[in-house]
Amino acid sequence: MRTVGKPRFAVRTEKLNFWYGSFQALFDVDFNVRAGLVTSLIGPSGCGKSTLLRCVNRINERIGNVRTEGKVEVLGHDIHAPEVDLTQVRSQVGMVFQRPNPLPVSIRKNILFAHGLHTPHKTTKAEQDGIVESALRDVLLWEDVKDRLDRVATELSLEQQQKLCIARLLPVKPAVLLMDEPCSALDPKATAAVEELIWKLRGEYTILIVTHNMAQARRASDECAFMLMGKMVEHRRTEDLFLTPNSQKTADYIEGRYG
Amino acid sequence: MTARFAATALNLSNYRAEKRYRLMLFSMTAMLVLPVLIILSILVIRGAPMISFEFLFEFPRAGMTEGGIYPALLGTIFIVLVDLVFAMPIGVAAAIYLSEYAPDNWLTRAINLAIINLAGVPSIVHALFGVGAFVIFFQFGTSILAAALTVAIMTLPLVIVATRESLQAVPHAFREACWSMGATRWQTIFTVILPNAISGILTGLILEVSRTAGETAPIMFTGAAFFLPFLPESVFDQTMALSLHLFVVSTQVPNVPEALPFGVALVLIGIVLIMNALSIVFRSYLRGKKKW
Repeated sequence: MRTVGKPRFAVRTEKLNFWYGSFQALFDVDFNVRAGLVTSLIGPSGCGKSTLLRCVNRINERIGNVRTEGKVEVLGHDIHAPEVDLTQVRSQVGMVFQRPNPLPVSIRKNILFAHGLHTPHKTTKAEQDGIVESALRDVLLWEDVKDRLDRVATELSLEQQQKLCIARLLPVKPAVLLMDEPCSALDPKATAAVEELIWKLRGEYTILIVTHNMAQARRASDECAFMLMGKMVEHRRTEDLFLTPNSQKTADYIEGRYG
Repeated sequence: MTARFAATALNLSNYRAEKRYRLMLFSMTAMLVLPVLIILSILVIRGAPMISFEFLFEFPRAGMTEGGIYPALLGTIFIVLVDLVFAMPIGVAAAIYLSEYAPDNWLTRAINLAIINLAGVPSIVHALFGVGAFVIFFQFGTSILAAALTVAIMTLPLVIVATRESLQAVPHAFREACWSMGATRWQTIFTVILPNAISGILTGLILEVSRTAGETAPIMFTGAAFFLPFLPESVFDQTMALSLHLFVVSTQVPNVPEALPFGVALVLIGIVLIMNALSIVFRSYLRGKKKW
C-alpha cells in the first residue's frame, strides 16, 4: 500500500493488450479510473468493455487460453506482479454480474460467504449478525429481508438479488466494485433502484460499470469511457463526453448511428 | 375462389405426412416398452409363486433344486458394497477433476477417450483382466475383493459420466460468483457445486449399483462361486451371487423345478428396480430442495 494519501486512481491500465486464443480483444488500452467516482464503460457489443472490466480482477484468466500484456494497477499496485495473490486482489475488487447470481443458499450465508473466505478466525454469531445487517442496510435491503434471512436467496426478486450480490461484497471492504451490466436483467423500476444504490455507494467505493444503456451511463456516472473494437476511444467527464464528444466515432455511437 | 385462410391441397398433404411420421415415431417408441412389459409380466407370473421368506433366507438344498437363495442374495450385496468402496471415491474424484480442474488439452481428451473406451470394453474382457490383475497379480485369489474390483473398473465410466454431467449442470454463474469473491476452486466445489450436484451424483451411483448387481461375466472368474455351503467370512473369500446363480440353475444343474430360475430372476430384477425407484424418489426429493 502507498503510505502517502490515497492514490488518485483506483484502477490504472497501461498498454493493456488481451487475447482470447488468437483473437485480440484489447489493443493498448490506457485507462485511469478515478478513486471514489462512478465510471461507466460504453460501446457496442464486442468492443471489449466487459473484457477490460474482467482484467481488473483477472477473472478472465479462468477461461484458460488467454493472454495478457501490459499493466493493470489496482490502488497503485501491479496485479500481475509475481508476489500478488489473486484471492487478495479479489477481496479488494468485487464484481457484480449481468444476471444476479446469488449462491443457492440463504440470504445470510450469501452475505457471510466472502467474509468467511477472507477471515482466518471464526466469527461469533453476534459479529455475523452485525455484518449481515450492516451489509444489507448499505444496499437498502435490510427492511425488505430482515425477517427471512434464512430463506434461500434465489427466491428474492431480481432487483433484491442484484442488491444482495452487491451487499455480499461489502463485508470484506473492497476498494473497487466492478459491475458488468448490472441492470440489464432488471425492469425499469428495479434498474432505477439499483442505480440509486450505485450512486449511494459512490465515494466510499470506486465503481466501474459496463453498460449497454447510454441513458444509464449518462445519468449514473461521473466519468464515461467509450470503447470501440478493443480500443479506448475517449474517456472524459460523462457530461462532456455526451455533450461535446471529441471523436466522431463517439458522436456517432451516442447518437445511435451504430451499436 | 375458396374462403380466406382455408387449407390448400398442399397443406392437406403436409398434414397427412405429418400424421404418418408421428404415428411411425410413436409406434417405434411403443415397441421399446413392449419387451420390458413382457419380461416383467412373465417373471412375475412364473416367478412370484417361488418368492417366500424361506426362498430369500435359506440355503439351497438338494443339489440346488430346493431351498432358497440366501447366500447368493447376500453375496450380491457384499460385492456391491465392496464395489462401492472403490467405484464411488475414484469415480467421483475423477469426475470432479475432469469437470472442474482439467484444462482442455490433449491429456484431458485422452482421458475422456479412455473413459469412453472403458465403457465399451466387453464385460468378458473385463473378467479376464480381473483374473490377470486382481486374482493372480495382486494375489487376491478368486474372492469378493477381486470380483468387486473387476466390476468397479467396469462400471467406473457410469459413475464418472453421471457425476460429471451433474457437476456441469450446476450453473456456471455460481462458479464465477465464488471465484470473483476470491474463493479457490476447491472452496467453490465444496461449498457450492457439490451440494447442488449431489442428487445427480447419487443417481449415478445407484445406477452403477444396479448395474453391478446384475453383472455376471466379470464376477464368474474372479470371485463368484457355483455353490458354497457357507457364507463368506471376509473379502478374500469366494461368494455365491444372484446373477451367476441364475445362470447356474438355468443351465448347469439338472432337475431344477421350472419356477426356480424365474424366482431368482425376479429377485435380481427386483433389486435393480428397487434401486432405480429409490434413485428416482431420492432425486425428486433433492430436486425439490434445490432452488435456482
